[in-house]
Formats: sequence, structure tokens, C-alpha cells
Amino acid sequence: MSVTDTDRPTATGGRSTPNPRPRPVGGRRPFTGRTALVLLAFMLPAIVFVGLFTYYPLLSGIQMAFRNYNLNDLSDTSWVGLQNFRTLLDDEMFRGTVRNSVVWVVGSLVPQFLIGFTMALWLRRRFRFRGAYQALVFFPWAVSGFLIGILFRWMFNGEFGVVNDLLMKANLIDTPVPWLADAKYAMFAVIVANVWYGVTFFAIMILAALQSVPHELYEASAIDGAGKVRTLFSITIPSIRTTLALTVLLRVIWIFNSPELIFGMTGGGPANETHIVTSYMIQVTQEGDYGRASAMGVMVVFVLLLFAIFYLLAVRPKKAMR
Amino acid sequence: MINDYSLAGRIARITGLGLCLVFTLFPLYWILVTSFKDPGTIFAYPLRYWPTQFSLANYQGLFEQSNFAIYLGNSLIVSTVAAALATVVSLLAAYVLARFEFVSKGAVMGAFLVTQMIPGFIALGSLYILMTRMYLVDSRWGLVLVYVAVSIPLCTVMLRGFFENVPASLEEAAMVDGCSRLSALFRVLVPVMTPGIAASYIFNFVNCWNELFLSVTLLNSDSNKTVPAALNGFISSFNIDWGSMSAAAVLSIVPTMILFAFASRYIVQGLTAGAVKE
Repeated sequence: MSVTDTDRPTATGGRSTPNPRPRPVGGRRPFTGRTALVLLAFMLPAIVFVGLFTYYPLLSGIQMAFRNYNLNDLSDTSWVGLQNFRTLLDDEMFRGTVRNSVVWVVGSLVPQFLIGFTMALWLRRRFRFRGAYQALVFFPWAVSGFLIGILFRWMFNGEFGVVNDLLMKANLIDTPVPWLADAKYAMFAVIVANVWYGVTFFAIMILAALQSVPHELYEASAIDGAGKVRTLFSITIPSIRTTLALTVLLRVIWIFNSPELIFGMTGGGPANETHIVTSYMIQVTQEGDYGRASAMGVMVVFVLLLFAIFYLLAVRPKKAMR
Repeated sequence: MINDYSLAGRIARITGLGLCLVFTLFPLYWILVTSFKDPGTIFAYPLRYWPTQFSLANYQGLFEQSNFAIYLGNSLIVSTVAAALATVVSLLAAYVLARFEFVSKGAVMGAFLVTQMIPGFIALGSLYILMTRMYLVDSRWGLVLVYVAVSIPLCTVMLRGFFENVPASLEEAAMVDGCSRLSALFRVLVPVMTPGIAASYIFNFVNCWNELFLSVTLLNSDSNKTVPAALNGFISSFNIDWGSMSAAAVLSIVPTMILFAFASRYIVQGLTAGAVKE
């Protein structure tokens, strides 16, 4: 899960934040040389672990992207420049996964956002059992995307699946649909599962934001005679704009980076119709072509970085905050 | 708050929330019902939506036909140890990051947060080569070390938030009384922060328990496999045995759901705090 408070200026920027955040109760103090050694000893294990098992592979993965590195034939691992990248861009299969990734991200994000937002508005008012309700709808978070994929693979089974059975009972279809075997429907089915998986995340984040909007704003807008729709668009949405923007950004990156559900549900099939870039990357790694897989990894990180920068420039969450 | 909710609005809201609840719980209900059906009736038509007879045959079959007990044991060991190690290491780092100012602090926080934007499997190939060189491939302890590294950044950020709610005068008083900083941390601060630490541990445990790609890549032999790696083997076979499959799915979901039920309040707090508190 990559849900962090990256958006918190104090977390990323360090000391000189313009944001008037209350000083921590403990206060932050200067310290002397001997204490510095103790503190370094406290930090060291975390830095060593992350450095060795996360950053070292990342950096050595970058150089691998420019080499001919295939586990099945390690006789020649020479530098090949941009050849891995060129092979990929010429690969019709890879271009297909790029198209699928866009469909996968947009198709999952938009319904997740709309349903999650509606749920948050419904949950805003206090009611009996609201706590229990939230705990129940929270449960998908405890389950891995991979298992969600397996659960939905069973439900979308073409012969004995419950989805077909219910749709036939409702007279929406006459014969069972081979959801996961037919290229026409497979992507749709995978996206349905992913929408289901992500709705509660949006609902909970947006609900937390809604509860931070001051009551006075609603009282003032009620006095001014604003209706419900007007209040939603003039008060509610502008007030939580920052959270909405950052939640969407985190979500786009997360959906793009989560091939587990696809692995559980279709394994990328039928005929690679549900492979996205990251799931294809894992398949290529498993086949042993580390050079080409690394090139994909470099492209993924590069594209996500560019996306994050342009997105943040476009929505300017900090400006909206002031 | 909006007070002019009409009766129609209220009915729509209750119906909507009810539908959301049904949709959310149905997949879990369905796998549960399937797992308790008699293996012969799973594919019987018409489908049965509630169990008519309660059968444990699928569970029995699962344990007889595969080494599922071993997979469960492996997952349990790896997740328990990795989550504990990660929590302790993160606790030390979070303490420093919450209490002190130093020049490279922004860099450390930045380096931790960047790892959250990049999926753990992005450098799977070079990680595999690193582990081969360290003789840690196909070893559960090797997997533990990798899981610790993957868990540290987010765990540190969460624990840092919990530290900031505890006044520094607590450990200062203990240190005046002659405690070292380390013993002040573990004897005075840790007991006060128990709920937050427990939630962080559970969060780590669940993430390790659920992890798929690293375990599939780094473990080869059957006796070392974790549950997700074993499930990956099950679904790769041409004819999936949905009876055992449903039993296996239930057994791997239930532990994490129970743990999450205990900790969800703190986890939501930790995760939403940053995004919302501006």
C-alpha cells in the first residue's frame, strides 16, 4: 500500500514549512555530540535495511536496463545502450499493455471516485451503528489484491459463476457470458473487481476530509439560502479540494502499480488482453529477461514522476490550501 | 451539517448505504458459502445461495492434497518475525525523526517516502541477483529481511505521528532519574504508545501476509512457500479445483480480517492524518 502522508509539507520539506502546524507537544530540541552518536545508532538499522534491500536493487536495476541481461543466457551481458527501450517501443504487445494501463486506470478511478464520494456524503451524518458500518465496509483493505482477484475469478466464472446466474435471474442476459475467456469482456470484469476494491478507500479518505470542514461554513450558506446542490459545489468541494486532488494522485499511482488483482483474476489473459505494463513487467522478469524488465521499470518510474509533477502543477494543492 | 433532509432523501441514503454494504460483503460471503459446500454440489445447478448442509470436505481435501499446513506455518513465521523486526527498527528511527532536528532529516524522510511511490516489485530482477550473491535465495529468513526493508518506511511515518502525541518531558524525566535514552524509550515511551505500536505491528503483519511477487520470486522449493505463493501455484494449473481453492482463500483471508478489525481505527487514523489535517 502506498498511502502515506507524502502530501504533508512538513513530512517532505523538513523544517522550513510555511504551514502553521502546531508544534509537537514534545518540542524539537538541539543536541550535543554524544547524543548525536546515540541518535545515529537509532537511525542506522532503518537506513541500512532500506538502503540495501530497496535502494541498491533500484539503482542496479537502472544500469541493468542498459545491458543485455537475460538469466537464460548470461554469456554476454554487455552494455547495449538504448536497445532494450527500442525493442519495447517496437513491441506490439508492450504497446498493447500501455493502452490497457490507461483503460485500467481511468476505468477504475472514475467509478471509484464517484461512488466513494457519494458514500462519504451519505456517511457524513451521524447515525446509529455508523462505526460498525464503517468497520464492515472497511474489510476489503485487509485482503490482498491477489485474493480479491481470486474471489472475483470465481464469481465471474463462465459456467458456474454467480454473476452469470444473477444476471440470468434478472433476465438481463439469456445465456452465460464467458467473462474471463472472451477478450471483449475480460477487461471490463477486471475493472469491476478493482472498482469494488477501491471504493472504500475513497469513501474513508473523503469522509475524513468532509469532517474537517468547519460547521460555520454550512450554517452561513444555509442562512444565505443556498440549496443542497449549491452547497455541495460552492462550499463542500472547494473546502476539500486539496484532499481530493492528492487522493486522486495517490490513487492513480497506486492503481497503475497494482497488478496483483490482475494476476489473481486473469493472469493477464485471455490473449494478453488484461495485461497492464506492470503485470507484463513481472511476467518478463519471471521469464528471465531482466534487461528488458528493468527498462520497463525505468520507464514506469519516469512516467509516474512526470505525471506527478504535471498533475501537481496543474491542480496546485498548496495554493488552494492558503 | 445540512439539516433539511427530506424523508425521500433519507430513504435514498439508507437504501444506498445498504446496497453498498451488500455489494462489499457479497464476495466474502460467496467464497465462505462455496468453501462449506459439499465438493459435489459446488457445480450443481441451480446455484445454492445459502448453505443447505455444512461440509468440511473442501478443507479436508485441501490439507490432504497439498502441503497447506506447511504454507500456513511459513506465512505465519515469516510475517510474525518480519513485522516484529520492522516495528522495532522503525520505532527507533521514528523516535529520532519525531524528536530531533538535523541537517539530513529531510533527505531521510524524502528517501523513505519515495519508496512508497515505487512498487516493491519494480526491481525484482536486481533484488533476486543481490539475494543470490548473499546466499539468501530460497530462504525464509532472506524473505524476512526483504519484508523488513519494505515495511520500514511507512511504519516509521506512522510511528512518528504517534510519537508526536507524547510529551518529551516523559522521557526527559526518566533520563534525569538516570535512565539511558534507550531504556527511557522502551520503559517509558513504549508503554504509553502501546495501541499505536500494536496497530503498526498489525499493519506490517497483514502486508507481509498478503505479499505475492517477492515471495514467488525469492522462494523456489515447495517446503518454503508462503500462502500467496502456494495460491499462485493453484491458479496456474489448467483445471482449478475450486473446492480446495475456496477453502484456501478463506483460510488466508480470515486471520488478516480479525487482526484488522482490532486495529482499523488506528490504521485509518495514521493513514488519513497526513492527507486531511491541513
